[in-house]
Amino acid sequence: MGVAIALDNVTLKLGDRRILENVSLAVNDGEFIGLLGANGAGKTTLLRAILGMLPLAQGSLLVFGQPPSRGNSAIGYMPQNRASLAETRLRGWDYVAAVVQGQSPGLPLYGSPLRRKVDKALALVEATSLANRPLTELSGGERQRLLLAQALVDEPRLLLLDEPLLNLDPGQQRNVVALVKHLQTELHIPVIFSSHELNPLLWAIDRILYLGHGAAAIGPVDSVITGPVLSKLYNAPIEVHRVGGRIFVMSDSVEVERDAHRHEGHDHHGHHHA
Amino acid sequence: MPIAMKATIIMVITMLELDFMRTALIAAAAVSLVAGPVGYFLVLRGQTFAGHALAHVGFTGATGAALIGVSPLAGLFTLTIAAGLGMGLFGARLANRDIAIGMVLALALGFGLLFLHFFKSSATQATALLFGNILAISDQTLLMLVVTSIVCLALLLFISRPLLFASLQPELAEAKGVRINLLSTVFMMLVALATAATSQIVGVLLVFALMVGPGAAALRLCKSVLAGLVTAAVLALIESWAGLTLAYATDWPVSFWITALAVAIYLAAAYSSQVRHGQKA
Repeated sequence: MGVAIALDNVTLKLGDRRILENVSLAVNDGEFIGLLGANGAGKTTLLRAILGMLPLAQGSLLVFGQPPSRGNSAIGYMPQNRASLAETRLRGWDYVAAVVQGQSPGLPLYGSPLRRKVDKALALVEATSLANRPLTELSGGERQRLLLAQALVDEPRLLLLDEPLLNLDPGQQRNVVALVKHLQTELHIPVIFSSHELNPLLWAIDRILYLGHGAAAIGPVDSVITGPVLSKLYNAPIEVHRVGGRIFVMSDSVEVERDAHRHEGHDHHGHHHA
Repeated sequence: MPIAMKATIIMVITMLELDFMRTALIAAAAVSLVAGPVGYFLVLRGQTFAGHALAHVGFTGATGAALIGVSPLAGLFTLTIAAGLGMGLFGARLANRDIAIGMVLALALGFGLLFLHFFKSSATQATALLFGNILAISDQTLLMLVVTSIVCLALLLFISRPLLFASLQPELAEAKGVRINLLSTVFMMLVALATAATSQIVGVLLVFALMVGPGAAALRLCKSVLAGLVTAAVLALIESWAGLTLAYATDWPVSFWITALAVAIYLAAAYSSQVRHGQKA
């Protein structure tokens, strides 16, 4: 199995703040990686570095053997921050099509090869029925499928998904994880799936990449989600409890994920303007 | 009915025989075909208030220019474009900053008033700037409006694809190599040009109606982007031409009719999209 992403001694900075420090790790081809960590731990920052949107402060990062560069069509990306689309009846098809060769100047006209690409991406995420429906009428889960279609439309060899479970109810979360798992096995491509919550991902992921306090731990769930490893990443005593197939990560008897959610609104906003 | 129709046709014919009406119709057409599509993108990008503020800056430019003895039209265009450039460069920081934009808007009008005070111009000139004076457009201005419109439309069509991408998915567009800052700066300068041109039709205070109204209505009516852009242009054209015709028939101000039509069409579009939404739900 080949290596999709390799980080060697990577340091990432936002301004003066060190987000990741001397991190080395590799993501293999075809792997489903759950990317976890508290807010501000650097999940989005790491994804942006892989996309070539953030220069490395130090170290080397290779994506399929190449240094990161913006506009890499080998990477499909689903960002966390999205424009709000109130007051429009724009349909799903146009929303996905806007991404296809969206960087080249000219009119948003699509010849039949491009139209086929859009149709194919919609079919992949089982969203063909959403093509002609206005975005404003879609549920959170349905919109999430369109965002996935946008990420897939250029037939990428790697998928980076930033917080796809945000603001979804548990049922929709299950559907999104199942769909991504299906895509990952069907297309044989590696997926990095960032999330606040571990449990919805547990059954689907091959390995977990946990970020915290500038460090990273990668490995099977059982070797990363442990008291000692997480205590180091959170820089605080952490206990891990397993109840009926679910995992609860506790710090001072407060569940870490719950805490992350409470601050979600804040941090999201802050990041947007950073 | 036939009598009313005949009367209307006769009225339109006599209207078209008037030089200033013909000039007004051509100017309105040129500006509308740009204002509509520009407004469509402004609404899509949530920047309508910025567009509104740009128009007010034009008032300052025009009055300031008059004060120092320069053509008001040149002053209006220059300051609006400069403000558009500024907004584009600070774009990311200005997003959703209604208060900052509102303050600039108010300050611009305040300075405009001050310049008028020193210039001691007549109230008619001020009214013309604020509410438009399309029936007094000179041949020279007409030519400038037509050229401006052609340049704006060509530029807008050239950047429309990346602009659409960046408007709908800014983060992804950036990742795919779209130069977001450059693009939003070019767009804001384009908005400034279109705003300055539109203010020649309806005046700086009412630019919002003719620029944003058709775009907002088109976004409510059309499911596809291209249909939306064309609809916005056509609605703007209908509003300004019908406004001119109604003004001719009633002798009421042109800008009143254009504004009233723009609001009526927007409300009708919003209502129809709600009805369709309701039927599906």
